[in-house]
Amino acid sequence: MSIRTQDLRKVYGTVKALDGLTLQVEPGTVFGFLGPNGAGKSTTIRLLTGLAHPTSGKAWVAGEDITRLERVTSRIGYLPEEPAFYTWMTPREFLDHVGRVFGIPVGLRSARTKELLEKVGLGSVAKRRIGGFSRGMRQRLGLAQALMNQPDVLLLDEPVSALDPAGRKEMLELIRALRGQCTVFMSTHILADVERVCDSVGIIDHGRLMVEAPQQELMDRYTLPAFELECDNGAEAAFQSWGQALRSLPWVTAVALDGRTARVTVNDVEAARQSLLAEVVRCGLPLRRYEVVTPSLEDVFLKIVGQEG
Amino acid sequence: MTFLASLRKELMELARTKRLLILAVVLLFFGMTSPLMAKVTPQLLSSIPGAEAIASIIPEPTILDAIGQYVKNVNQFGVLLALLLTMGMVAAEKDKGTAAMMLSKPLPRGGFLLAKFTAMSLVFLGCLVLAGLGAYYYTVVLFGAPDAAAWISMNLLLWVNMLVFVALTLFFSVLVRSQAAAAGLSVGVILVFSLISISPVVAQYLPDRLVAWSVALFVGGIEPAWPALWVSLGLIAASLAAAWLIFRRQEI
Repeated sequence: MSIRTQDLRKVYGTVKALDGLTLQVEPGTVFGFLGPNGAGKSTTIRLLTGLAHPTSGKAWVAGEDITRLERVTSRIGYLPEEPAFYTWMTPREFLDHVGRVFGIPVGLRSARTKELLEKVGLGSVAKRRIGGFSRGMRQRLGLAQALMNQPDVLLLDEPVSALDPAGRKEMLELIRALRGQCTVFMSTHILADVERVCDSVGIIDHGRLMVEAPQQELMDRYTLPAFELECDNGAEAAFQSWGQALRSLPWVTAVALDGRTARVTVNDVEAARQSLLAEVVRCGLPLRRYEVVTPSLEDVFLKIVGQEG
Repeated sequence: MTFLASLRKELMELARTKRLLILAVVLLFFGMTSPLMAKVTPQLLSSIPGAEAIASIIPEPTILDAIGQYVKNVNQFGVLLALLLTMGMVAAEKDKGTAAMMLSKPLPRGGFLLAKFTAMSLVFLGCLVLAGLGAYYYTVVLFGAPDAAAWISMNLLLWVNMLVFVALTLFFSVLVRSQAAAAGLSVGVILVFSLISISPVVAQYLPDRLVAWSVALFVGGIEPAWPALWVSLGLIAASLAAAWLIFRRQEI
């Protein structure tokens, strides 16, 4: 296993930031560590990097016990949520400094610096001071410095939260390209990012791991087929009563009503396909939209963290 | 290897952020102007209308006045700059997040701290050499040549005194997250030293005695302040050791 934690706990005063976290991450995979704000994602990463110490429990990164800090730190790359740099340096100087800390020989260091700056799209600003960089540029430089030592395990704390849509897409592409080269452990609260790049997912809430599984398995296990319907303006009242009446049908699991929209979760797709529209026609409801909803990780997430409407 | 990488970064930072320049300019300025001020102060006083009587009772300045001025000025500003330049060395790195970035790499925390202290030691030594050379030149021109060996020893004693405050402020910079609090705690130590130095028995062990000793090197018949030197070196070692013991378990 690339990452393994066993009953990991971290307590700050009376606050349990981590409450017995046990998880495993397979080598070479991209692992999405999902959770709402304050769930314990950053704390987990800080413990794995040695920047914080567990109250109890054990953890191993790249096969090394996290208490053997020097062995761990030489094999990991870490991108904090808000990467900080020596702003008086240029990106080239910063990567060179990081390379020196890892003891990379001068020729290799220079080549790796150049390669990484090109890879993250900072080649043209290699001689500019970091102090003038935007958040997106800093995030990309953060990824470059985390890759300097060709780590076995890459720990990314909310790597795309500061980026615009184009920057986010580029960064996710870079992360996806790392699959097979190293193990990526990526914390985020953005579900679409996880869906896009992660092989496996762990969902954490209140410091506890709620579930951990390959993404598809999670979807199969937790999502039920659903249909979404939207009525025309003026038919809201009739639509709402119709939606409530729908709950009594045997093939309906749940109906979520929100203004002119109804989301109908079903346990028998075929029965729903045959009867749902017929029910709408029978009641004479003017329909604007009807679609079979593809189950998303968001459904799983909301279901697991207990926030489903 | 990692120590050298860190030391290189610290020296680069001191140079790029103009801190080295400020230290060099301030110490060199006081180095060059102290002998000059010692020489011209009586003349300036005599040129003030009505102050002729005061000027007439001021004795002719000597080389000891030049040395006294130099030691007083360079030491005061050196200690002040030791506090100001060191106060953020760890506190600011923790606050901004650069410490977390670098300490998640194979950079031992002891090396991280030692590189900072070594860089400051080298920078203060270099700037004192510069100030000492400037002051020596003006002293030779205005008063005649002082004893070169005593001159070097004087500057080394001033250097040790400044390093006491570099080490103490570095320790406080590890202890607290705010730069101002780190400097404030060092100022507190200076005040405590001043208060307890009222006792002559205690005073002979305090770093400030090194300053008096550095002037006394040019006056025969005064006992060297070895206890103060050992206490100062002990304070430096104890501050660095305490800083390391706290920092190695500190959460960043």
